[in-house]
Amino acid sequence: MRRYSAFAIAKEAMRNHTGWDRAWAKSAPKKKYDVIIVGAGGHGLATAYYLGKNFGITNVAILEKGWLGGGNTGRNTTIIRSNYLQDPSAAIYEKSRSLYETMSQDLNYNVMFSPRGVIMLAQTQHEVRGYKRTAHANALQGVQTEWIGPERVKELCPIMNIDGPRYPVLGGLWQARGGTARHDAVAWGYARACSDMGMDIIQKCEVTGVRQENGKVIGVDTSQGPIDCDKLGMVVAGHSGVLAQMAGFRLPIESVALQALVSEPIKPCMDVVVMANTVHGYMSQSDKGEMVIGGGTDGYNNYTQRGSFHHIEETVRALVETFPMISRLKMLRQWGGIVDVTGDRSPILSKTPVEGVFVNCGWGTGGFKAIPGSGWAMAELMAKGQSPLTEEFSMFRFREGKFIDESVAAGVAH
Amino acid sequence: MLILHCPYCGVDADETDLHAGGEAHLKREGPGSTDDDFEDYLFLRENPKGVHFERWRHVYGCGKWFLAARCTNTLEVFGTYSAQTTEPPQEIKDIISEKRSGWSWGNLS
Repeated sequence: MRRYSAFAIAKEAMRNHTGWDRAWAKSAPKKKYDVIIVGAGGHGLATAYYLGKNFGITNVAILEKGWLGGGNTGRNTTIIRSNYLQDPSAAIYEKSRSLYETMSQDLNYNVMFSPRGVIMLAQTQHEVRGYKRTAHANALQGVQTEWIGPERVKELCPIMNIDGPRYPVLGGLWQARGGTARHDAVAWGYARACSDMGMDIIQKCEVTGVRQENGKVIGVDTSQGPIDCDKLGMVVAGHSGVLAQMAGFRLPIESVALQALVSEPIKPCMDVVVMANTVHGYMSQSDKGEMVIGGGTDGYNNYTQRGSFHHIEETVRALVETFPMISRLKMLRQWGGIVDVTGDRSPILSKTPVEGVFVNCGWGTGGFKAIPGSGWAMAELMAKGQSPLTEEFSMFRFREGKFIDESVAAGVAH
Repeated sequence: MLILHCPYCGVDADETDLHAGGEAHLKREGPGSTDDDFEDYLFLRENPKGVHFERWRHVYGCGKWFLAARCTNTLEVFGTYSAQTTEPPQEIKDIISEKRSGWSWGNLS
């Protein structure tokens, strides 16, 4: 792999940029791999990357039904934070956030990580108590967050109206080291690094069946023919239920649509990420100047990657109340992604009833921020059969009543 | 916008008048049931890409719960029916069979 650097750009400038390689190689499936990862989104590629980097397993194929990073990796609002209440969540999300800090250097690919800070607004007394509790929990977990008052919120985000009639801003949970990153670049960076380690990234290759022998996985059937493997990682977010059905087990997951939208680009006016969970809206400004807006999920199962109109209305209404200056903005684009939601709003990184099959799903509405941490933990789980980061996230925790209950803590909006 | 026909009051209700209530035809388990059955009842859910049966409540209308047969892949609605039943009526199953031959959902097909 040719390293990207200022020197390389200067050199290429001299010869009309004719010397650049493809970022990742096009591959045809081999007959057998040690590990097959299904899903070339952020989580799948990160899993493959850390399998190679941390455990030296490079005979890996990453199969993708559509195109690389075309699912939820390219459909989120790019927010990165780790201010969760429960210990297992804070551990994996904080690992993830810290990996984002050095990701551009590690991958030699600019993911434009911007630790601009994230405020989660408290707009009811209940939220005030909740976030103060989270701030204390975070202090014990070693996650840097801080409870701030309304004046400080206003100082950090001057365009916000903190005296709204319905939900005045009573304070916020501030994570200065949270922020955003360019979501496509995260997938592309990992893909380039995986390809460099000799892994095969196979796009337009849909898995149609999971082959087993004596309760152990031996391979998959795909639209490009059967491929054998020793271990199989399912990292397919919204389609986890469909894939689990092929492997013959059920998951405590329902797939629903989550949507987001961006406005026309405007001059820089907001250099933090603001999340307002009570009114269901969150917003940040992209480097291009667009206001990036996310809202709530639909209440019913859906695979169409389209959201409902009324959710856009609710989200925009809430944000106009909080940020009056955006009321005349035109919206440019709207899109939906299919998120896999568990009962306790915490992910599943787990062995499954089928030997050799591992599942990484259930990130629901908050998967983007978790990409590196999830990949790191999943790789360890697949290579060693266990990982301290995934211990609590077993798919069997529901049966045992060992929930990681973020649904009351932070699961409303991610 | 999703529009469902309320089988009780006869109104074609918009999604905003309705509240989604999750999977239909759950068999309730209680004390004395096995761990497997109880886990199944409380947490595991059908999550098909295709034919699905759901509970809905006409919350800003007559307030009653009813059931709907829907395709999660296309948002097509096959029909709605009374909640006082343990499985979909034959005419709903016939409509689904006509449009999605070979469908199955849980123990139904």
